[in-house]
Amino acid sequence: MDNVTKEVWVFVEQHDGKAADVSLELLSKGRKLADRLSGVLKAVVLGCNVRNIAEETFKYGADSAILIDHPALEKYRPLPYSRMLNKLVNESKPRIVLFGATVVGRGLAPRVASNTVSGLTADCTELQIEDVTYLKKDYKDLLLQIRPAFGGNIIATIITPDNPVQMATVREGVMEMHEVETPNSINIETVDYIEDTTDDLVKIIEQYREESKVNLKGAPIIVAGGYGLGTKENFKLIHNLADAVGGEVAGSRAAVDAGFVDHDRQVGQTGITVRPKLIFSIGISGAIQHRAGMQEANKIIAINTDPDAPIFDIAHYGIVGKAEEVIPNFIDLYKHKLK
Amino acid sequence: MYNSIVMVKQVPDTANISGKVMKDDGTVNRAKLPAIFNHEDKEALELALQVKEQYGGTVSVITMGPPRASDMLKECFYMGADKAYLISDRKFAGSDTLATSYVLSEAITHIGKFDFVFAGRQAIDGDTAQVGPQTAEKLKLSQVTYVEEIKKVENNIARIKRKIDGGQEVVEAQLPILLTVIKGAQEPRPFSAKKIMIYKSAKTLLDLEKIANGNSLLNLDELIHEHKDKNLYIETLSTTDLSDIDVSKIGLHGSPTKVHKVESVVLSGGDAVKIEPTREGIGSLIDELLNDHILG
Repeated sequence: MDNVTKEVWVFVEQHDGKAADVSLELLSKGRKLADRLSGVLKAVVLGCNVRNIAEETFKYGADSAILIDHPALEKYRPLPYSRMLNKLVNESKPRIVLFGATVVGRGLAPRVASNTVSGLTADCTELQIEDVTYLKKDYKDLLLQIRPAFGGNIIATIITPDNPVQMATVREGVMEMHEVETPNSINIETVDYIEDTTDDLVKIIEQYREESKVNLKGAPIIVAGGYGLGTKENFKLIHNLADAVGGEVAGSRAAVDAGFVDHDRQVGQTGITVRPKLIFSIGISGAIQHRAGMQEANKIIAINTDPDAPIFDIAHYGIVGKAEEVIPNFIDLYKHKLK
Repeated sequence: MYNSIVMVKQVPDTANISGKVMKDDGTVNRAKLPAIFNHEDKEALELALQVKEQYGGTVSVITMGPPRASDMLKECFYMGADKAYLISDRKFAGSDTLATSYVLSEAITHIGKFDFVFAGRQAIDGDTAQVGPQTAEKLKLSQVTYVEEIKKVENNIARIKRKIDGGQEVVEAQLPILLTVIKGAQEPRPFSAKKIMIYKSAKTLLDLEKIANGNSLLNLDELIHEHKDKNLYIETLSTTDLSDIDVSKIGLHGSPTKVHKVESVVLSGGDAVKIEPTREGIGSLIDELLNDHILG
């Protein structure tokens, strides 16, 4: 397509004056994509008294930042945010816009894509830029939006060949956060907020937030359980093992859906991506969506009753056996050996 | 009185996939899959029915899909929906979320006035959560996503509790508004036996066409009329009925995103060191982990 820009934008989500980790991770990825395009990386920051966040984005590789700073933007509300982003995207037609696949990003990105007629792919596990031949036409430097799909049976590569703006959302932890060695000099373009009669269609009455106490991303050891544990009662084995080895408890999506473990401990494509030193994967069959969130662990120990479970294909150590027998033995032996 | 339109979707049961479900063009061969009522959409319908019970009004359900999606629309009747719309046309095939939201927004505009548009947060076949907000944008509506509870509706303002990352929020939303509902918001009510008796014979236009074609004594217009009178007609809308629709914005052609490549998941296969589930086996594994300073 002619006349497309080489701008990569990252929407920088912030809460109470602090940038979301996923946004900083996306800046790091955006830096790579911008380099590949020989283009520029722009951070887009909306909020109130958040110039410091716009400044912080340079540590993660931004070439420039767009800042809209206004009391109406203090907390995320769909219309004030989407209206301003629609305007920015329609005016500048960035080639790529990335959002965290958070509650905010998942509400905002589709509105902007809808307004600007852009292609949007949710929960990408990988983003690359490549020349593509699609339906016998050649396209230069398209964004490959890669994600598992359809119950994990396939990995799909999605493209937006004929529209100027390509968008994607990415879950926290999927991309790695890197501070750059020599940040670009700070270059912030402030854009005025334009008030609108629709601003207060949704008003926030109360808000309760707390930083997640769960730090799966930073945990060196994770003990993850799946639906194979059978009951919430049995899932206690996971907690026992985590206590013994000093690990964090996690679960597969099926285990979360079954109520064995809280959602903020879900590992996988639609949960958190982790890269621990060691992960125990117990009673987890190992669907691609789950593996996408943990396969970069340094060591994987799989425990499953089904010798054909896909999890064994990526594990470093495989134990075919019952969790009820293996885990108590493991804990007991480990305690003895530590002494 | 508050009128609601609920966007519902029949989805492949992704937990029970077998065989070849992907077509060569990379789209899904839905005919090969068992189809179910997307659960979050069902919860959205439940919330809409509760609004109706508490404040009066009507509940219409709308789905874009193949003819067999009418099975799900009947289930909506069994729960208490007043009216159902099947938006179906071969020209819609291959639509991505944006093209889908365009069709839905056109259909909703066609249906008429409403106070609430409800949808499930996301459908289990894609988990994108995009169609709700994309439809809201096209309808120029505000939105509340991740809805857990509607606390009350008064003077055209709904007080709503929603989930946010790391917590919860209560908002007041001016109607009309689009809401997306998350799992666990409200357990959908069971089907009413009485309603099943009535609505099991509800028919779409396509059903009635088949009947009319198979019996020269029956006239299609009369059949439609008859079913409408008994409220057993599932309104069927195609691109012909949605006369304002721009066909360049629908289907595969009207979708900005395309599937470039699909790869079956191939596993490298079995480099795992096999550990026996015995005390000896587990003990040697622990020794190795301790030696390598992975544990301890």
